[in-house]
Amino acid sequence: MNKIIKQEKLAENLFLLEVEAPQLARKAKAGQFVIVRISEKGERIPLTIADYDLNAGTITLIFQVVGLTTKKMSLLKTGDYLLDLVGPLGEPSEIENYGTVACIGGGVGIAPIYPIARALKKAGNKVISIIGARNKDLLFWKDKMAEVSDELLIATDDGSEGHKGFVTDVLKEVMTKNSLERVWAIGPMIMMKNVAEVTRPEKIKTIVSLNPIMVDGTGMCGACRVSVGEETKFACVDGPEFDGHQVDFNLAMRRAAFYKDKEKLALEHYNCQCGGGSCKCQ
Amino acid sequence: MPVKKPRNPMPSQDPKERKQNFREVALGYDEQTAQREAERCLQCKNPLCKQGCPVEVDIPEFIKEVVAGNFQKAAEIIKNKNNLPAICGRVCPQESQCEYKCILGKKGEPVAIGRLERFVADWEAQKVTSEINPVESTGKKVAVIGAGPAGLTCAGDLAKLGHEVTVFEALHTPGGVLMYGIPEFRLPKAVVKREIEYIEKLGVKILTNTVIGKMYTIDELMKEEGFDAVFIGTGAGLPYFMNIPGENLNGIYSANEFLTRTNLMGAYDFPHTDTPIKVGKKVAVIGAGNVAMDAARTALRLGAEESYIVYRRSRAEMPARREEIEHAEEEGVKFHLLISPIEFKGDENGNVTKMVCQRFELGEPDASGRRKPVAIPGSEFEMEIDTVVMAIGQGPNPLVPASTPDLELTKKGNIIADPETGSTSKPGVFAGGDIVTGAATVILAMGAGKKAARAIHDYLTNNS
Ligand SMILES: Cc1cc2nc3c(=O)[nH]c(=O)nc-3n(C[C@H](O)[C@H](O)[C@H](O)COP(=O)(O)OP(=O)(O)OC[C@H]3O[C@@H](n4cnc5c(N)ncnc54)[C@H](O)[C@@H]3O)c2cc1C
Ligand SMILES: Cc1cc2nc3c(=O)[nH]c(=O)nc-3n(C[C@H](O)[C@H](O)[C@H](O)COP(=O)(O)OP(=O)(O)OC[C@H]3O[C@@H](n4cnc5c(N)ncnc54)[C@H](O)[C@@H]3O)c2cc1C
Ligand code: SF4
Ligand code: SF4
Ligand code: FES
Repeated sequence: MNKIIKQEKLAENLFLLEVEAPQLARKAKAGQFVIVRISEKGERIPLTIADYDLNAGTITLIFQVVGLTTKKMSLLKTGDYLLDLVGPLGEPSEIENYGTVACIGGGVGIAPIYPIARALKKAGNKVISIIGARNKDLLFWKDKMAEVSDELLIATDDGSEGHKGFVTDVLKEVMTKNSLERVWAIGPMIMMKNVAEVTRPEKIKTIVSLNPIMVDGTGMCGACRVSVGEETKFACVDGPEFDGHQVDFNLAMRRAAFYKDKEKLALEHYNCQCGGGSCKCQ
Repeated sequence: MPVKKPRNPMPSQDPKERKQNFREVALGYDEQTAQREAERCLQCKNPLCKQGCPVEVDIPEFIKEVVAGNFQKAAEIIKNKNNLPAICGRVCPQESQCEYKCILGKKGEPVAIGRLERFVADWEAQKVTSEINPVESTGKKVAVIGAGPAGLTCAGDLAKLGHEVTVFEALHTPGGVLMYGIPEFRLPKAVVKREIEYIEKLGVKILTNTVIGKMYTIDELMKEEGFDAVFIGTGAGLPYFMNIPGENLNGIYSANEFLTRTNLMGAYDFPHTDTPIKVGKKVAVIGAGNVAMDAARTALRLGAEESYIVYRRSRAEMPARREEIEHAEEEGVKFHLLISPIEFKGDENGNVTKMVCQRFELGEPDASGRRKPVAIPGSEFEMEIDTVVMAIGQGPNPLVPASTPDLELTKKGNIIADPETGSTSKPGVFAGGDIVTGAATVILAMGAGKKAARAIHDYLTNNS
């Protein structure tokens, strides 16, 4: 049981939880994640460690409401508890002084890119960050990102803030002016795929963080398998970060959609709570 | 000569009914049947049965008490050697262990030792709340990694000796394979929980949601957290795949995922639980061990119309317990023998729809003594399926070894440990169970935990 010491709504369907977890805060590194379960019959869901505070003994999670578990989680308040919290899982990001790097966060992906940008900055890199969202209301942590970046660029689909268009447009622009040594891209699968396509011709190593469906997060079930350079990898223990030029994104997208119909059913069941009426929940 | 009495059959749920539910299949003996069965034992002077039991349960001794109706006494005798009798009575491969050696088995049927053991353990659980005598603390701290049968046994024995034991478990529930792997219909989770509560009553602390190698390394446990010794019982949790084309299509599960979703996460009760599972009409389970039988029988209970065991050798080589194979057949699982998949094909959404298979014939015996399957060229054919479960074995989970560089490993990644003491290349660190032997049995894991507990006790008392 881990106590929630702060709950905040960052934007529509976007929430932040700061949770008590002293040992986790001590061990967490950029790029790692946790698995959360919020109720006895609940699902285990992975979330990136967006921040950690050694002194307070807390970690910060940021999540987007997409289905049943994240919906239920959005109703938790300060003082409530997470039933289960396990981590830090996965391999940390490879942080070195590379020279000039770009950190790209799309949507809720801004949360996981933050600790990576911070670590890269601390290691001496020149960090150019690009964050994007559908519109300006969905952007968050601009100040925190600015603090850890030498340059912060913004893109919104509707042009309500920064460049009108995608983060990839901004990246192309950045690439004409800088010689990038490495790129990190975290966000929706399609965004990561497109970033990898932009950097591929220039052979700039591009790290993406994959978010396949997971169960245990310790390498026991194989649900999280992804194909990287023709090889099967378990994202929870071999990743979640991989070389974006090697990832089979199409496979990853198909696998992520496998339970769509079931997930819809779970949400319907939750919303109606009829206990056996006319809906499809039996 | 008294007339030879036949072995008393196990009352079971009707196959037609039970394949629709997750309740336990074997119902257990009542007192009369147990006593009748116990009377069949010859009380041999030199009981061969005992040699067949990896933890040397005093078999004739406990059976004698069953005959006399002293079930409590019988339970005490078993528990001297075996901390988890309700579990072993249900899942031990008795036909290759204690019952295999029983003298009655030479000409007829052996004494049903496992069923008697189960009866005694269940009787005790219902009738008495066994008293636990507090022991004097030694002031020594032991960390046990993994709450499977190896870790739990080791922890229980060490607590009985007065050591302060903490078990670190990665999942949110202790029990290891007993909770996430072996299905409810074969090993009710209430039975496992009962045995775990007993271990906790002995004073063992169990910390769930704690992955060693991530939350703490072994060195941190010993140097910073004050543990004097460590036992590693992390099991064989890493599922193998075949590395053939199409294996990452949707609908292809490892047995671990399939069983974990169902057992640990309760997916059979979806959407009343939040974790989904998808089972189509035709399910192919690749492999023929206990894990495969469990998956094939689970698939039927989840609503599959057809459930196949696909195995590249013949019936004689199937490694599962006899009883499980029989139960699977009674429930309608079909066996496709001497074939193996070489490729999976899917539809435009990436869901598996077909399996290309190859036929095999048996050749010369291999290193394991089993006849080796040889592929028949040109024998390829397609099988329509929509769900596949890979149950072709599992390897050691690398999280602990990867974070403990001075731990010696085999080529396959298992920890090298002394079979008698469990001691590893790292001083103060012991290991046992599937992480050392590779996937084996509950009772062997428990045996290893027991031996290690004794060795850890020696280590702690000699080192002070
Ligand atoms: C390593 C990793 C880090 C992640 N970090 C974050 C984060 O920081 N913030 C954030 O908002 N999201 C993150 N995600 C995604 C998050 O786990 C899913 O959004 C969440 O599980 C959805 O659960 P749900 O019940 O609300 O939705 P559901 O209705 O169950 O599912 C909606 C979609 O979410 C995905 N999903 C469902 N269950 C799982 C599961 N058990 N594991 C992974 N994906 C699943 C599927 O693609 C599914 O179609 C991360 C995923 C991974 C693998
Ligand atoms: C489906 C199935 C059916 C089976 N049927 C039978 C049967 O009928 N009869 C029989 O005798 N045997 C059977 N077996 C085999 C038997 O269950 C195993 O041999 C036995 O459970 C091994 O015990 P263990 O304690 O070594 O490991 P496990 O039971 O695997 O337990 C290991 C525990 O360690 C935890 N762990 C792993 N890594 C870490 C870490 N880094 N930090 C913290 N915790 C960690 C795991 O989560 C797990 O809980 C079956 C196995 C399966 C999978
Ligand atoms: S523990 Fe297993 S092998 Fe030993 S007597 Fe009991 S059932 Fe037989
Ligand atoms: S070998 Fe068989 S008959 Fe003899 S003591 Fe053991 S169980 Fe009884
Ligand atoms: S989530 Fe189970 S192996 Fe990765």
